[in-house]
Parts: sequence; C-alpha cells; structure tokens
Amino acid sequence: MNKQTKYSATGEAANVRLRRSRWSRIKTALGRAPISAWFGMIVVACYAVVAIFAPLLAPYGEAEIFVKADLPWAWHGGESKFFFGTDQIGRDTLSRLIYGARNTIGIALVTTCLSFLIGGSLGLIAAINRSWLDQLLSRGVDVLMSIPSLIFALMLLSIAGSSIPSLILIIAVLDSTRVFRLTRSVAINVVIMDYVEAATLRGEGLGWIMRREILPNIMPPLVAEFGLRFSFVFLTIASLSFLGLGIQPPTADWGSMVRDGSRFIQFVAFDWKLALPSLLPAGAVALLTVAVNFVVDWFLHKTSGLRDEN
Amino acid sequence: MKIKSNSRGSNDDLLLEMRNVHIDGFSDEQWHPIIKGVDLTLKRGEVLGLIGESGAGKSTLGKAAMGYAQPGCSIKSGSIVFDGLDLLAASESEKMAIWGSRIAYVAQSAAASFNPAHRLIDQTIEATIGHAEATVKEARVDAVELYSTLSLPDPGTIGERYPHQVSGGQLQRVMTAMAMSPRPDLIIFDEPTTALDVTTQVEVLLSMRSIVEHFNTAAIYITHDLAVVAQMADRIKVLRYGEEVEDAETKSMLSSPKEDYTKSLWSVRSLEKPEDPSDDIILDIKNIDAAYSRSVKVLKNVSIKVPRGRTVSIVGESGSGKSTAARVLTGLMPPVTGSITFNGETLPPSIKDRSKDQLRRIQMIYQMADTAMNPKQTVSEIIGRPLKFYHNISAVEEERRVIELLKMIELDETFLDRLPSELSGGQKQRICIARALAAEPEVIICDEVTSALDQIVQEGILTLLLKLQKELGVTYLFITHDIAVVKAISDEIVVMYQGEVIEQGLKSEVLQPPHPDYTQRLLASVPEMDATWLDRFVKTRTDIV
Repeated sequence: MNKQTKYSATGEAANVRLRRSRWSRIKTALGRAPISAWFGMIVVACYAVVAIFAPLLAPYGEAEIFVKADLPWAWHGGESKFFFGTDQIGRDTLSRLIYGARNTIGIALVTTCLSFLIGGSLGLIAAINRSWLDQLLSRGVDVLMSIPSLIFALMLLSIAGSSIPSLILIIAVLDSTRVFRLTRSVAINVVIMDYVEAATLRGEGLGWIMRREILPNIMPPLVAEFGLRFSFVFLTIASLSFLGLGIQPPTADWGSMVRDGSRFIQFVAFDWKLALPSLLPAGAVALLTVAVNFVVDWFLHKTSGLRDEN
Repeated sequence: MKIKSNSRGSNDDLLLEMRNVHIDGFSDEQWHPIIKGVDLTLKRGEVLGLIGESGAGKSTLGKAAMGYAQPGCSIKSGSIVFDGLDLLAASESEKMAIWGSRIAYVAQSAAASFNPAHRLIDQTIEATIGHAEATVKEARVDAVELYSTLSLPDPGTIGERYPHQVSGGQLQRVMTAMAMSPRPDLIIFDEPTTALDVTTQVEVLLSMRSIVEHFNTAAIYITHDLAVVAQMADRIKVLRYGEEVEDAETKSMLSSPKEDYTKSLWSVRSLEKPEDPSDDIILDIKNIDAAYSRSVKVLKNVSIKVPRGRTVSIVGESGSGKSTAARVLTGLMPPVTGSITFNGETLPPSIKDRSKDQLRRIQMIYQMADTAMNPKQTVSEIIGRPLKFYHNISAVEEERRVIELLKMIELDETFLDRLPSELSGGQKQRICIARALAAEPEVIICDEVTSALDQIVQEGILTLLLKLQKELGVTYLFITHDIAVVKAISDEIVVMYQGEVIEQGLKSEVLQPPHPDYTQRLLASVPEMDATWLDRFVKTRTDIV
C-alpha cells in the first residue's frame, strides 16, 4: 500500500508554459511575421501618423482656395507652390489628400467600432438566448441583408440628409448585420461549452456570461473581421462620397476627390498629369485596403491555430 | 471470397522489431524526450498489450511502430524493422506503400476519424482500392463479410449508411473492418474502447478479438485499462514516463506482477468505501417525467431519494437518462411532471426561479474538465469567482480562501496563475472540484467525473472525494457507467435503463444477486482482471441476453 505515498497530484505531468510578458510575446510574433504583413503594418502606421498629425503636415488648409487652378509640378520661376497642383476651384491637392486621410479613416473607424458594438452584442445575446429573440433578430438581419447595402444606404441618406452623424449611424447599422451573423455563429460554438453552463448554474447574469465567459474565447475571428469590415466601410464611404451623398464639401475626402478629379481625365491626351487629381486619392484608398488585408491575413493565419506561438 | 494468407515476406517468425527507440517531442521551444530507449518485438499473429497512464508515451510508441512520428515529434535514434524493412531508413513512398495495406491503425475516437460526408463502405474499402489490392466489387463483397464477422447488424446494408447513422460501438467496429480490409500483417489499436459503455465495450472487444484470431493478424493494443488488455493480449508491456516498466506474458503479469507500479494500475478496483445507511433524506426526487420535445420522453416516472452526507450512484449506459436526471435536478431542464424536495422545501423546477442560495447549495462537476473551465481564465479566477459571487468577500480574503481550497485538493499556490491548458487531466478535475467546493454546497452532482481519467489518477480523485465527504459532510450524486467506481464510492446505487429506474437500494443489496435482467447484464459486462473472463462471458451471455 505504499503507492499512496508515491502518487501526488502536484507531481502529475502537465504542459506548463514559460510565463512571458506581453511585450516579449509580441516581439516573437513580429519576428516571425512575413514580409507582406510587415509591409501592411508599415503602411497602416504611416496612414495613422498622417491622419493624426494632418494639420501639422499639410502645407495649406483643407478648404483654402487659391485663385488659379494649377497642374502638378508646375514650375513658376523655378519653384512649385503646389506640389500636386490644385483642383478645379484652386484648393491644394496635397493638403486635401492629407486632410482626407484624417476624415475618411476617422469616420470609417468610428463607424466600424459602432457596428461591432451593435452587431457584436446583439449576436452574443442571440447566441445565448436561442429562443424567439434569436429568431426575431436573425430574421430581421436577413431582411436587412437582402437589400443591396449601397442602394439602401443611398436611400436612407437621401431621407435623413447627408450629415456626418447620420452617415456614421446608417453605415454602422447596415454593417452590423454582417458582424451579428459572424458573432452569433462563433458564439454558438462556445455557448454549448460546459463552462458556460457552469456559469449559468452559478446564477451569473447575462452581462457576465457575455463579457467574461464567451467574448475572450471568440476574440480572434472578431479581430480579423474588424480589419476586413474596416476596409469595407472605408470603401463604402468613399463610394458614397463619389456618388455625392457621403462626406460633404468643403470637408476633404478621398471619395469626393476622385469624383471631382474624374472630369479632367478626358483631357489626359493633352497632359498625363491631369489624371493625377483623381488617381492619387484612388491610389490612397487602394493602398490602405491592401495593407489592412495583408495584416488581417497574417493575423488570421496566426490565430487559426496551425502552430501556436508556444 | 479469397482470403490472402499472411505468408508474405520472409519466413522469419519475427514481424516487428524495435530496438532502443528514442523519441523526442517539441514544446516550449525545446525538445523533450518522450520515449527513452524502449525495445519492442512482435511475432506474427501475436497480440501485444501496451499499457500505461496518459503521458507514458504509449500512443507515440504505437505510432512509431509504423515508422511514423506525429507532428511535433521526431524519432531520434534506434531501429524499427518491420518484416525485413528498416522503417527509419525507408523513403516516404516506401512507407506509404505499407501504411494502410500491411500496417493499419484504429484510432480511439471513431466518430472523429470518419469523414461524415461519405458512406461507411466506401471508407472501409478506400485503403484496399488505393493500394490496388482488389477491385471495387471484390473489396465491397469482402467488406460485407468483414461486417458480419464483426457481428454488425444488417451486414449487407450497414455500409450504405453514413457515420452519424450508426452508434459509437458500431462505428468502432466499422473502423476495425476498415483496418482489416487490406488484410494487414499488423494492426495498431489505440484505445479503441475507451469512449464506450461497458455493455458496448464487451461487444467490440469480442468482435475485435475474433477477427484478429480469424486472420492471424499481429496487433498492438494500446489502453490504460489492464482488465481490458488482459482479454485481448498474449503479452503485456507496461510503460511509464517513456520507459519500460515490465514486459511479461499476460497470465504471469496478472498472477504475479513484479513491479509496484504494475500492481498500482488496478488499485481503483481495490478501493471500496464501507456503506453507511442513513434515513436523513436531503434530496427527494418524486415521479419525474422529462422530455426534450413533446413526443420523446427521456425520463419516465423517476423517483430517487438521496440521504444527507452519503453517496448515491446512478448507473446505466449512455442514453439511459442518467445525465438528464442531473439536468432536471439543476433546473436546466424543467421536468414535465413531478417534484424535487430539497432540505424539506420544494425546489422551483426552472433555474430562473431558484434563488442564489438554492443554486449555491447544489453544485455540479463535469465529465470533461477541459470544457468545464474557461480556457482564458486562470486557476485563481476560476476558483475565486464562486467565492466572490456567493459570499461577497474582499480580494485578500478571496485569495486566502483560494489557496486554502487548493491545499484541500492537494495542490498548492504555485497553481494560482496557471491556465487550464497548463494542467494535467487529474489536476483539471481537481480544480473543478475546488470550484464546486468554493460555493460551500450541500450536494455535489458528479457527472462521470472520472471516466476520462487514467486508473491511478482516478484513484486519486476518488480518494480525494471520499476524504472531502468525511471532512465536510457533503452529499454526492454520482453519475457513472463504471461499476468499479460505483463499488469504490457509493453507499446507495440507482440503476437506470431507458429512462426508468430499474433498481434502487444500498450498495450491498444491488450488487448481490438476485438481479433484475438489466442489472445482471451490466454487472456481467464489467471486465475482470482475468484472462479467461471474456471466454466465460461468451459462455454465459446466451442465458443473459
């Protein structure tokens, strides 16, 4: 009967990991990031700096009008006053590009956060509740999703009037339908876990179960979705501005800059530089979208669990 | 049908020879030894039992017998020779040619190993067709024969079903048929019956043994249950911490094990609590009917009386309604009719109507400790939450109590910051026990708490539960299908079958004959530590079933 003394619960073999600080874990993760992810992160960081320090970086104000329309790199006595020229009513294109980063990205970010707040919490509630409330929410989302979102947004914006708050609210609500579906479907897999049942048996409220038991376990797909959603919202705002219902002048914004510049494109045969006023903001939109997607791809690959960072 | 004889290769009797095998596993950015120089030999037609607790390296060694190292593992040194072919020197394509055709592998979880989108018969013959051993038609005819040899119901048509349309035990047998289809020389069974009920396990063991004997196939049978391996194996090898403890013929291993460790492997079976009758009823379940939908009744007129400070075990196979009874009791599934009296007062049927104090008094411990703990919370958060939630204590007091509870379950404060993924199976279950204790409950429902654990760890958990009962006077409602566990821990036993209570009473009464038919079958299905048990079982089963 000496085996009782030999066996000890603390002595059981377990896979104990080395405790690492968050910073050193981030460093290892970054060290293993592929080149595309690095490219994406650097580009996103540059955009962020430009957006935050726009007033310091821009040579002129975003609505400042100069008398003469000018081509890019037009040399007047050995010096260019406007690096990328001016637009059709004589505003500096470079300044407007820089301010446009702040407006377009800022509004897209606020909108995405709001849509995650709405869609995420409703999705969690639906996943936990699974009764008539789930049916009501899910079918409501189905109805909203069955209407082409850009056309629906156009319609709502013409009804509500095109102010920045209504723009943010309308896109956030329309976009939260996608977030709702994702959150609900990942959360359903977590809700059936015994630890959620254990929390229910303990008598925990809905808020605790949502925030503490389920949310930490569904974060990776949600974070990845956040990156993608941000790109889509950003494109939607640019499209709406291009169509004239998005961000209103004189506020600078890449979508409306593309639209304003597009009328010069027919004269490209005379001077190729005339294409720049529309191509520059379009390129800015494209570059950011690609960069964000690179980062998201890397993150998704990392969290999909092929090989954890030990 | 033609049955190929197993006379391929050399006439040498030796089929597999592993010499001084070292295998390392990669974790925490360094290599750790998993197998430390093990020898293994296997003759044609011989069945070798490989036993040991989890982490002993038995699965890794079993896979290495195929020349295969799972991702994150690597075979560092030694030699593995299968029928004259050096598997460590062999190219990937040479190994691919013998895998599935000459060496087959049967995994623990058949449900996870089948592709849910294909019919069983197509998966059964896949390897045979893939290695061009037979035409589709021949292989299908052969598969049906195999199904009937394995005594599957409707052998002619069962192959047309999909994996979800057959039971777990049937699926495990189909998987054996799949392994057997190309007539391999060697089959590796990796814990094939661990996930099954005792009554199902017997059927699967019988059919596996008969088919291995029928085709004179060599087999390596990996398990942690000595009683099971005793029925299957000619020779048993005991592993611990990647090293061989003992290797002997089954009969001599059972009658005179040399090492202490081998002796301790069947220690749970020697653990037995003396029963202690009591009339002080804490929990009285009366005439409960429960149903998932309106038509399907899972509980029919169930009445159970639980005396204070005692252990009542509910036994039965899966689908007998024993877990549903627990769900009804906790209020997760309100019954259709019937009442539950707790401490003299009637409990509201639904969890929503119960007070915080009523919830506190009944706690639950789950079968799978892995899924019962939030993987993102540390041990101190997991145990601390019920303390804070029910008793509303300060942070300092909370930490003191958590450490106290950890000591109570024989762990210490070094575990405070660990995540569930950093605990062993037994430690996880101990943390779950501590979480239940933190609420200071009067009744703890234990739902198959030991069935996912090894024998030795099981014994540790059961001893702990008994000790806690003695110290705290807590009442257990123990749900299990393992008769050895029932013998070890209970005062009273309730036998359930198809949603009804068949028998109920003190342990000594229920375990002594005369039994109702079902109890008799259940008790007879429990493997005994005796190599001839299965043969005796076959002889007597005609009069039981």
